[in-house]
Amino acid sequence: MNAIEAENLTRRFGDFTAVQDVSFTVAEGEIFAFLGPNGAGKTTTINMLCTLLRPTSGTARVGGYDVRRAPHAVRRNIGLVFQDPSLDDRLTAWQNLWFHAMLYDLPRGEFHRRARYLLDLVELMEHAHREVRTFSGGMKRRLEIARGLLHRPKVLFLDEPTLGLDPQTRRHIWEHIISLRDKEGSTIFFTTHYMDEAENADRIAIIDHGRIVALDTPENLKATIGGDVLLIRTSDDRIAAQRLKEMLHLEARLTGEGLLIEAKRADQLIPTVVNLFQNGQDSALTVYSVNLRRPSLDDVFIKLTGRALRDEEASPIDRMRLSSRLWRGSRR
Amino acid sequence: MSWLKVVYTIWYRDVLRFLRDRTRIVSSLGQPLFFLVIFGNGLAPAMTAGMGNVDFRSFLFPGIVSMAVLFTAVFSAVSIVWDREFGFLKEVLVAPVPRTAVALGKVAGGSTTAMFQGILLLVLAPLVQVRLAPIQWITLVAMMLLLAATMTSFGILIAARMRSMEGFHMMMNFLLMPMFFLSGAFFPLRGVPLWMEWLAKVDPVTYGVDAFRQVILRGTVPELILRLLTLYPLEINLVLLLAYWLLFLFPAVWMFARQE
Repeated sequence: MNAIEAENLTRRFGDFTAVQDVSFTVAEGEIFAFLGPNGAGKTTTINMLCTLLRPTSGTARVGGYDVRRAPHAVRRNIGLVFQDPSLDDRLTAWQNLWFHAMLYDLPRGEFHRRARYLLDLVELMEHAHREVRTFSGGMKRRLEIARGLLHRPKVLFLDEPTLGLDPQTRRHIWEHIISLRDKEGSTIFFTTHYMDEAENADRIAIIDHGRIVALDTPENLKATIGGDVLLIRTSDDRIAAQRLKEMLHLEARLTGEGLLIEAKRADQLIPTVVNLFQNGQDSALTVYSVNLRRPSLDDVFIKLTGRALRDEEASPIDRMRLSSRLWRGSRR
Repeated sequence: MSWLKVVYTIWYRDVLRFLRDRTRIVSSLGQPLFFLVIFGNGLAPAMTAGMGNVDFRSFLFPGIVSMAVLFTAVFSAVSIVWDREFGFLKEVLVAPVPRTAVALGKVAGGSTTAMFQGILLLVLAPLVQVRLAPIQWITLVAMMLLLAATMTSFGILIAARMRSMEGFHMMMNFLLMPMFFLSGAFFPLRGVPLWMEWLAKVDPVTYGVDAFRQVILRGTVPELILRLLTLYPLEINLVLLLAYWLLFLFPAVWMFARQE
């Protein structure tokens, strides 16, 4: 049985279509990523799967239950870690877990066992009775992940689980997520706009403007780039691209970083290309740098959407988020 | 059973937070105290004569108690706007629990904390030459709960559809402050212009302030004078307050349960 089945999920806000005809399935025990820029519709999709938003059309089944017809059963079977921390800062870690256990109607004994076990796994046991507001960002995230798993959900949803954390903490959090998956066997669905984070997934759906533009394993996605990636910076990238096309029949894309070429055995191509640029007929181009690398998800994303990351307009929620950070920051 | 457990959980969280947060308790006592000390002493010379020689500070005191109850109650309700996006309430809203129970828990929690806040002010009664007998205390606690429940429900009704903090400031300026000023907390609502009299009549806070004043000043001000300083019989005040509570409570729970 599949843990998640989404069929033509669509959500409109007035005239704006946030998510359009999104269909996918996630197998039990799988780690599945939704990768896309801000405003691509990731959170909207997660909110529909978690029954926080009603789909305008389409359906989804989570843990075997229909999100429209049996929202309560869906909620029983999922755990959630939100983009914005939803811990009560004024309470201790243990109290936060206790409130969760109350809401999910966990028996007392079961709560104590699970809470100790999970706090141990995320290395927070010794901080169990400290107020959450004294925790670092990484500790809060770990606590939220432990809390999300307290009631043994079939599916754990993580919305941008490492947003705003430093790289080392991010890696650490992922070690925890993966070890928890191995021990608990839960399915994990997460959204991210960090390419490297998406690599933790078994499969990735790339979402842009509310649509899924690609869905595959990280390896297969990267294999869609034919070979290696060559990044060249010259004194005039536009002319350079033209020459490549005329002389070598190579398609090059102009990006903010420079000229991007996909090619097999790109290492052997470097001398030819440099030679072509520096000994051109009309005028010589200066080559500033040449960079050869294996394709990354970034390259896949750029290839599929024609650009890197796009920023959305600040919604009222974003403004509130910002002021909440400033406000909280100033009180520390 | 599980429905009550949810109400209890939400209520308990509010109470626990309140008790843990000593600085907030102290700082939220600040504003009513400033009003009491500065307005009270500043206006006392001018006002006392016009009120049958009742000390203006004593007159003001019930108004200040209701102010504390009113603001704590409404703030606790309106905090759901914030809490829903960046707080614990978000976690509650995805839990498999009935929303009606969450809303009622919120009403219960807001009312209880507002009552606590009111009690803290009542303790200061001797400072303004007001003596309270045990029976007055019991009546007042019950009445504070009623006013607080009314205003928490009112706050939830407003906040249920609110999506930003801008809306919250709007509400503060154009709804809550007028409700407070028109309630007769600062001056007797006798001989005021007709429009003001009518606005005060639709303002639920008026009945709370009036009821508080009657009970708090019962042993301090002669009955005849007290009758001149108040508007309606106590029972009328309480019945109307109860009616307002129910009037706000049902749509508040309904709106809260319906939100996405």
